[in-house]
Amino acid sequence: MPGLFKEFSKGIFRQNPIFMIVLGLCPTLAVSTSLENAMGMGAAATFVLICSNVMISAIRKIVPRSIRIPCFIVVIASFVTIVELLMAAYLPQLAKSLGIFVPLIVVNCIIMGRAEAFAGRNPVFPSLLDGAGMGLGFTLALGIVALIREFLGSGKVFNLTLFKSFEPAAIMVLAPGALLTLGLLIALANIIKKRSA
Amino acid sequence: MEWKIFLTIIISMVFVNNFILSKFLGLCPFLGVSRQIKPAMSMGMAVIFVMTLSGAITWLLYRFILIPLNITYLRTITFILVIAAFVQFVEMVIQKKSPLLYRTLGIYLPLITTNCAVLGVTVLNIDTFFVQGKPVGFSFLLALTQSFFAGAGFTLALLLMSGIRERLQLNDTPRYFQGVAIAFIIASLMSLAFMGFNGFRF
Repeated sequence: MPGLFKEFSKGIFRQNPIFMIVLGLCPTLAVSTSLENAMGMGAAATFVLICSNVMISAIRKIVPRSIRIPCFIVVIASFVTIVELLMAAYLPQLAKSLGIFVPLIVVNCIIMGRAEAFAGRNPVFPSLLDGAGMGLGFTLALGIVALIREFLGSGKVFNLTLFKSFEPAAIMVLAPGALLTLGLLIALANIIKKRSA
Repeated sequence: MEWKIFLTIIISMVFVNNFILSKFLGLCPFLGVSRQIKPAMSMGMAVIFVMTLSGAITWLLYRFILIPLNITYLRTITFILVIAAFVQFVEMVIQKKSPLLYRTLGIYLPLITTNCAVLGVTVLNIDTFFVQGKPVGFSFLLALTQSFFAGAGFTLALLLMSGIRERLQLNDTPRYFQGVAIAFIIASLMSLAFMGFNGFRF
């Protein structure tokens, strides 16, 4: 049981996909302009990650090794299409603000990376936990970046203005702010890693 | 009149909406292959090539297969498969025809499949140059231009970054910032510089 819990918890900090392994950066930076977008993206990516991990782990013995990558891509792309259609139907506003980054979940390296490194070699249940943990870690990291950027860049958190007198620095919601925030956060993660080791 | 649209797309793709520095597409190769100038150049060339041709192929597929059959919701699956298959094909052709080029590009080619800039540009082509399932005027040529110059913008950013990082190796970077962290901060400053192109008007 502790072994299984470890599969789940490793994605949250020790092997956090964004801060530690530095994968899946494109959506992280592009959609972290507000906490709302970040949570939507996190939920969508987590859904795809869990489903594709379970599916890939279930078919891992049938698929020949030499053509596993195209097979994995088709599985992932199918789930992404499901998310794309669901989001367009029920959350049109979110779908609009995430734009082309919804179909681009297909090429999110985290999903392919987990399929290749974990789900392709492990049974179904651990793969599910691995997917859930990694998805949560991704969402959490995305949330932290978005929180900092939304607060400094537009003075809001979840679209609520916190301080009336606070003059927001618009640069933080633009491209340079995203890169700067992530650079500083990765340096911070390095410090924590060195201290705790 | 038409040349103006083309010019706008070119400037926009290379400078104003640079794929890496303002749209955040293709960051993984941007950080992974930017340690030295030479491999960065090879990667850039490979990306331009794959982007332009997959831009053309996916446009044709969308226009003549997906729209007539009314299955446009299969766009994502179709495009990623086309790109994966195409990259594999290019790899085989180069290996057979020019072993020298294969040795320079070799390891970078498979990486392109998961480069979100390639899928990104094909999706962007469809989003901008089709209005309610109908291609706009010069749609195919516009898509081709957009694909090629998106690749050119990618290569430009990659080359600039690799030049800076080559010099950075001689500097004394703070311990916790070594590697990816400092690369992000440099990218942030480059992105700030590229925002200066925002004022371009025609």
